[in-house]
Amino acid sequence: MTASAAESLALLPPGLILILGALVLPFLRGRVQAALTLLLPLVSFAHLSLLSDGSTTNLEALGASLTVVRVDRLSLIFGIVFHIAAVLSALYALHVRDTTQHVSAMVYVGSAVGAVFAGDLVTLFIYWELTAVSSVFLIWASRSECATRAGLRYLVIQVGSGVLLLAGVVLHYRATGSLEFTRLIGEDGSLATAGPGVLLILAAFGIKCAFPLMHNWLQDAYPKATVTGTVFLSAFTTKLAVYTLVRGFPGTEALIGIGVVMTLFPIFFAVIENDLRKVLAYSLNNQLGFMVVGVGVGTELALNGAVAHAFVHIIYKGLLFMSMGAVLYRTQTSKASELGGLYRSMPLTAACCVVGAMSISAFPLFSGFVAKSLTLSAVAEGHHVWVWLGLLAASAGVMEHSGIKIPFFSFFGHDSGIRCKEAPVHMLLAMGIAAFLCIAIGCYPTPLYTLLPFEVDYAPYADLGHCLTQLQLLLFAALAFGFLMRTRLYPPEVPSVNLDSDWIYRRWLPRIVRAVGGVGAEASAALGALAGRWLALALRGVHLLHGPRGVLARTWSTGGIALWAILCLFGYLLLAFTR
Amino acid sequence: MNEGAKRGMFEEPRNVDRLFWGLAAVCGALVVLELIVGRHAEFPFEGWPGFYGVFGFAVFVTVVLIGKRLRRFLRREEDYYDR
Repeated sequence: MTASAAESLALLPPGLILILGALVLPFLRGRVQAALTLLLPLVSFAHLSLLSDGSTTNLEALGASLTVVRVDRLSLIFGIVFHIAAVLSALYALHVRDTTQHVSAMVYVGSAVGAVFAGDLVTLFIYWELTAVSSVFLIWASRSECATRAGLRYLVIQVGSGVLLLAGVVLHYRATGSLEFTRLIGEDGSLATAGPGVLLILAAFGIKCAFPLMHNWLQDAYPKATVTGTVFLSAFTTKLAVYTLVRGFPGTEALIGIGVVMTLFPIFFAVIENDLRKVLAYSLNNQLGFMVVGVGVGTELALNGAVAHAFVHIIYKGLLFMSMGAVLYRTQTSKASELGGLYRSMPLTAACCVVGAMSISAFPLFSGFVAKSLTLSAVAEGHHVWVWLGLLAASAGVMEHSGIKIPFFSFFGHDSGIRCKEAPVHMLLAMGIAAFLCIAIGCYPTPLYTLLPFEVDYAPYADLGHCLTQLQLLLFAALAFGFLMRTRLYPPEVPSVNLDSDWIYRRWLPRIVRAVGGVGAEASAALGALAGRWLALALRGVHLLHGPRGVLARTWSTGGIALWAILCLFGYLLLAFTR
Repeated sequence: MNEGAKRGMFEEPRNVDRLFWGLAAVCGALVVLELIVGRHAEFPFEGWPGFYGVFGFAVFVTVVLIGKRLRRFLRREEDYYDR
């Protein structure tokens, strides 16, 4: 390739190869289609290497100067991990023969990649909405009534987030005259001094990042997507939101509190949840909390922690969703109450799942440890005692739902009697590569650290005491699990659905609407009855005057009319005289 | 469980016992090791021997027991939203 060709290729917005490639996919069938779905992220990944740090592509449109591409360290690291996730997910989905899923996955990934390289808020908005609209098909592709409804709820909330973003961008532009997507929060990190535009933008990011009470679209929709769809979904939407928070709201103090709540409340729901893919969705929410705290603390170490956590999280969460997806694919269920003892049938999937579980729990030598340590150190350095204790408690909580519950109730525990085939080779390959990355990054974090937006002066294994105490935390937690199981205090897995904040818009609001509608119907019925009565009276009056026996319907004699005419003229005469 | 099916190595009660007590032994060893190695503590309470272990154990038990209580209020039939 000549230098000029490489230069012109470098001008192509990242993600566009995926989106344009997706348009070709409907014309292909079967294996060729699936193979191209794998090839596209690989080509796009290669294209990423042509981009140079600091370059931008500007476009004059709508009377404004838009920066459609901005390459810097922050966008690059998210671009890289998005491509790793795309390649692994596409490999995992190699058996899928469904054009809808392939097309929507590629458009979804392409728009997420485009969004992290968007240099202005308008371009960001366009990609933001595109991720929402394209990803919903991964949920609808389950082709069940329940997935269709969940997809609709998901779409309304995601598009709603986009509408808030657009409103925020307009207000922000009117206030500042700038469309550049850079730090939006003031130097003081306070929301009290932030403009309404900035607050709306934060709300939009918050919805996509599953802030408390804005979170339930995640647990509602992700477990209802297809086996492979959930793997795609788990990587992009929420981490795109984390990226936008790191870019726009570093050091926003309110995010510390929001993040701590996010790490803590999902762990209680995860304990009692029966659907293991939903447990992973709660776990995802809890992990996002760690990243949000990192953004809130806002020091270089903390922001590095948030970004590193997003990077490793995409890989191990993908791995966990892949392993549960493989179980669902082979056994047709992901419910803990129906599973157990699958290590006999699916030993390799079980091994990969355990690696994912150890990574997310942040065991030393696994990827979660080298990322989470950065955030926890930054919190400790800032002397946020309660935040630190909250995150430590959340870490023990992660051990409960993702470290133990996921692998234990699917692959170990009591034998469900299910005997099935091991996961297909391409799924095992995708899980194997993800598991390898989890261990490789955990053992040798230097390459990850060099990619981070700020210089890293941190060696996770330099302090042996730190590794020891982390092991203590996790193994004592595991011991507590053993203790609770032996004393039969651990709640049994039962088929059930647990109420969460989605109850508000799935039950409470519809009830109110029905109640209000009922009152309205009664009122309208009462009004109708009243109007009916008046109308009947009026008709009776008309009937009285004009009916067959009505005064005005009589046939009058000529003499009678002459008399009336004389009387009228006489009256007129009187009026004229009295004037 | 299938009656008559062979118990797997993770279901044999003797193995489960071994696993549990083995884990307990490792936990004990970790506390002893911590005393030997020592650690830089950012907060004073963090330096107490076995702090992380006790904290991890206590949080785990608390989370599970609270979760169990929570189930009483939050649990509904599987078809709750479909009715």
